[in-house]
Amino acid sequence: MRVWKFGDNIDTDAIIPGRFLTIYDPKELASHAFEGTRDEFSKNAREGDVIVAGKNFGCGSSREHAPLALSGTGIRMVVAQSFARIFYRNAVNVGLYPLVCPDADRIEDGASITVNIRDGSVEYNGVRYRIDPVPRFMQEIVDAGGLVEYARNLKEVPVCTGSHR
Amino acid sequence: MGATVVEKIFSSKCGRDTRAGDVVMAPVDGAMIHDITGPLAIQKFYEMNGTSVFDPEKVILLFDHQIPADSIPAAENHVYMRNFALEQGILNYDLKEGVCHQVVMEKGRAAPGEIVVGADSHTCMYGAGGAFATGIGSTDMGFVLKYGALYFRVPETIRADVHGKFQSRTGAKDLILSIAHDIGADGATYKAIEFTGETVKGLDMAGRMTCCNMAIEMGGKAGIVPPDNTTWEYFSARRKMTPFPLKSDEDAKYFCWNNYDVDDLSPQVAIPHNVDLGVDVEKVAGTRIDQVFIGSCTNGRFEDFAEAAEVLGKNSFSEKVRVIIIPASREEYLKVLRAGLIERFVEAGALVEAPCCGPCMGGAFGLLAPGEISLSTSNRNFKGRQGSTEAFVYLCSPATAAASAIYGEITDPREV
Repeated sequence: MRVWKFGDNIDTDAIIPGRFLTIYDPKELASHAFEGTRDEFSKNAREGDVIVAGKNFGCGSSREHAPLALSGTGIRMVVAQSFARIFYRNAVNVGLYPLVCPDADRIEDGASITVNIRDGSVEYNGVRYRIDPVPRFMQEIVDAGGLVEYARNLKEVPVCTGSHR
Repeated sequence: MGATVVEKIFSSKCGRDTRAGDVVMAPVDGAMIHDITGPLAIQKFYEMNGTSVFDPEKVILLFDHQIPADSIPAAENHVYMRNFALEQGILNYDLKEGVCHQVVMEKGRAAPGEIVVGADSHTCMYGAGGAFATGIGSTDMGFVLKYGALYFRVPETIRADVHGKFQSRTGAKDLILSIAHDIGADGATYKAIEFTGETVKGLDMAGRMTCCNMAIEMGGKAGIVPPDNTTWEYFSARRKMTPFPLKSDEDAKYFCWNNYDVDDLSPQVAIPHNVDLGVDVEKVAGTRIDQVFIGSCTNGRFEDFAEAAEVLGKNSFSEKVRVIIIPASREEYLKVLRAGLIERFVEAGALVEAPCCGPCMGGAFGLLAPGEISLSTSNRNFKGRQGSTEAFVYLCSPATAAASAIYGEITDPREV
């Protein structure tokens, strides 16, 4: 997988600027992803690429347009040292894997990496780095194909029957 | 072990002892959608085979980001949401009431002890009224619209204990910018921030809203001020409620406990391009500015404009600066209007716009060209937030904005 490397605190205004928020189609959003801050991304990002970033990826606005714009390029995963909370949930809900890798900062732009979600690892330059496991209730949503599919199949919502630690 | 105010709210809503780290499917008391994130939430609601919303009276629906419609797609989004409101029997505030968060507060639709979600990151503002409130995405909101509940991981709480007396022309915005600088842009990720201490108790509701609004700028899931007399007085005129005790136990377990003292706090300015880059105004005084925006959910209330007008006095705004004034809601607009402040601002050279998100949204109007510099009382100074990615946004209080607008450069409001 080809790496698009980003730094810390990549905000959702950078991922998709405010003037494009009347758009909801992922492919059209993708054509404006990182417009003005990294123009070559929307031109060259393609299916199977992966975003690797530092801390607090996706901070700021709750706009779901941000993970949609990334998934519209065909990218399926973002590997970061940490994620902002709302982006993390939005990504899961639209079927984009947010993967936490404490060593993500070691990975360089343009590198080729292998991500193995089942093993919980990223392989880069012959070294394996750990990925934090996706929380179980999030995994259930991802396994269902996103929150829409998950919710479609719910007969009844188990309000307040969430499990203790 | 005692419980935090946030743990108590979840325990009460869930009918059992609920602690930080627990994952619960909790019922929500309110769900807010606006013209940017609402259309997608409605689409997701339908995709989930939703036919009728969980409770039309608990859905808050309005337009504030692109009003009056600034493009045909925006107008289409408004029509789509109007039709949804009609179909579902939801009260639609449409574009008439103002910025979502201010409207939710003044209509009493997020009250102490409630759990409220909004498809907007600054939903955390309702914590100023003692609610647990958090921003969510559109798909999560589609789920909420259908089921009236959502998965939450009950957050740990950072306690921000604030003491001391503000210097003149220094206040809540300076406090929260300094706290953001201390905690950092991701220092409160997944956590609630509970604001306490004599200084917070002394803040009016407007100031508490400014603080809670910006919890998200530290990654926070929620900001909250436990309800006191100020809170209950605010709600007495807005909602039939009997006051009840709601505060953290003395032996509650916090993620950390931070103490802040405002005695020596200078007016703060967050420099481009991150909110946690707050500095004392003295360090950036003299910086040229092209546009000043006073408004937004963070600082668009009567108290904010009164502060700006007090600093403005009989001066005029600099010829070199565009000053854009936008009250956050119709109610606030009327207060500012009746106090004669609109006349004063217009006389001084400002543009006054109808209640909306304005330049903060970076898509409607008031956009910046490459190389331009904006000084703004809003909440984000990200690259490109207010237009060109080659423009610069500085954040400050209404007092600092007004002082700077007089001179056309960043100015310490204490020296005007």
